[in-house]
Amino acid sequence: MSAVTLETTAAAPARTRVRVRRRRLVVRTSQLALVVAFIGGWELAVRAKLIDEFTYGRPSMVVAQLKTWIFDGTEVGSLGAQIWVTLEETLIGFAIGVSLGVVLGVALGRIPFLADVFDPFIKVMNSIPRIVLGSIFVLWFGLGLLSKVVLVVVLVFFAVFFNAFQGAREVDRNLIANARILGASPRKVTWQVVVPSAMTWIIASLHIAFGFALIGAIVGEFIGAQHGLGLLINEARGAFNPNGVYAAMLIIAVVALAAEWLIALLERRLLRWRPSQLPSSPDI
Amino acid sequence: MADETPAVELRDVTKRFRSPDGSVYTALRDLSMTVAPGEFCAVVGPTGCGKSTTLSLVSGLEPASAGTVHIDGVPVTGIDPRVGFMFQSDAVFPWKSVLANVAAGPLFRGRPRKAVLGEAREWVRRVGLAGFEEHLPHQLSGGMRKRVALAQTLINEPRILLMDEPFAALDAQTRQIMSDELLRLWELTRPSVIFVTHDLEEAIALADKVVVLTVGPATVKGEYRVDLPRPRRVQEIRFEPRFVALYERIWQALRDEVKLAYARTAKAVAA
Repeated sequence: MSAVTLETTAAAPARTRVRVRRRRLVVRTSQLALVVAFIGGWELAVRAKLIDEFTYGRPSMVVAQLKTWIFDGTEVGSLGAQIWVTLEETLIGFAIGVSLGVVLGVALGRIPFLADVFDPFIKVMNSIPRIVLGSIFVLWFGLGLLSKVVLVVVLVFFAVFFNAFQGAREVDRNLIANARILGASPRKVTWQVVVPSAMTWIIASLHIAFGFALIGAIVGEFIGAQHGLGLLINEARGAFNPNGVYAAMLIIAVVALAAEWLIALLERRLLRWRPSQLPSSPDI
Repeated sequence: MADETPAVELRDVTKRFRSPDGSVYTALRDLSMTVAPGEFCAVVGPTGCGKSTTLSLVSGLEPASAGTVHIDGVPVTGIDPRVGFMFQSDAVFPWKSVLANVAAGPLFRGRPRKAVLGEAREWVRRVGLAGFEEHLPHQLSGGMRKRVALAQTLINEPRILLMDEPFAALDAQTRQIMSDELLRLWELTRPSVIFVTHDLEEAIALADKVVVLTVGPATVKGEYRVDLPRPRRVQEIRFEPRFVALYERIWQALRDEVKLAYARTAKAVAA
């Protein structure tokens, strides 16, 4: 009896591991199959003239377009330069928007008087579809970097601000009382209790905020620009070149995924103190 | 003893709260009590009677609506550095390590980091957490987190230690171990203690004096001196005849209040 139990317990983890690995393989294969089916189906449908290439484009031509951009450059300069312009607008706007959002969110969360004063203004600002401000900003700040950065700041700010505000208000009252009794000044309470505590909320907002930042930069370029990925999309559209639009979209997706990965890394570092969520998948 | 200035004195204290809907709720009414220097005073009363409110008044977290609170004969106007407070729920900082949590108080007060860290290590050891300095609170058990909270409070060497049902969330065994631990550490510096609990057994086992409060708005119903010898062992003291006699006497006073409180909640539930 004991020998049997011993054997099963020793063999169980190995068997589980095999099952987990096999399951992962099946998931990955299915995913690959889906991609191949979609892209292959599209390519074949175009070649068989089931759908119109002029309107819908063609996967192999998207690859060709990417090759041209990479090796021969675009009409407005090298591809790297276009990516960098868009990235620059995104990152500068993101940094400013996040800083403003965190500072003002925490300040308003900590000072009820300010929160009461600003409440109606913030509600009004938030109800405006802010993306249309892009047209105004092009008028105000021209076709260069500044108009895009301002649009990005506005989009990012609100995403971060509301979370920082909520996070600062939802801090456990006991933690604040404890810090005060232990001898913390209001400033120390803010920096050592409120900000770390609100960090969970703030970091959660960064994922969405970065998406908004990219959207802001690209829409800004759409409205009026001399460089950037948004401009490439706009030119491709103007030239009835759907493959160009898809190619630029692919590049943007890669940038967004890379940023998402970096933010997740930051999240893991800054929120190490949180108990880990469920220990891996419990259903296996 | 009689002409000595009490460490804590509440004189005819009333505390009213305004609830969000505008109605006024009176938690304490004309409550007077004193705690002598180095005295361990337990405050018992039915659930929700306002026991915790007395602590927030003494700590300076809340002002009294009427009456005065004195510490060492001086009126309380804000948070007093001589006061330490251990809360009912977990109030250790979840993002700080055990060591950083214990060191938080002196660092908040602007003392040099190096000296503070050495002292914090000593306190971590004293509460029996040596080897766990770098652990985060979520990696500890409930009892261990209470030890962190205890060290965090005691490192400031408070002259007055306020405790709001600090061990209520623990299981019975851990609770007794923590009670013994508390008495051992209390002997080291002998601050005056106000220990709020609804557990009469715990109150008698720990305290020099038990104050029984009435149902809310709370006022003092009676004070009972606990003349059991120290050092005590919380697990064993319960079986001593003197303990049992005291328990029966104080329970007489407490029972009526508990019944009244229960009748009220029952009525509230029915309505």
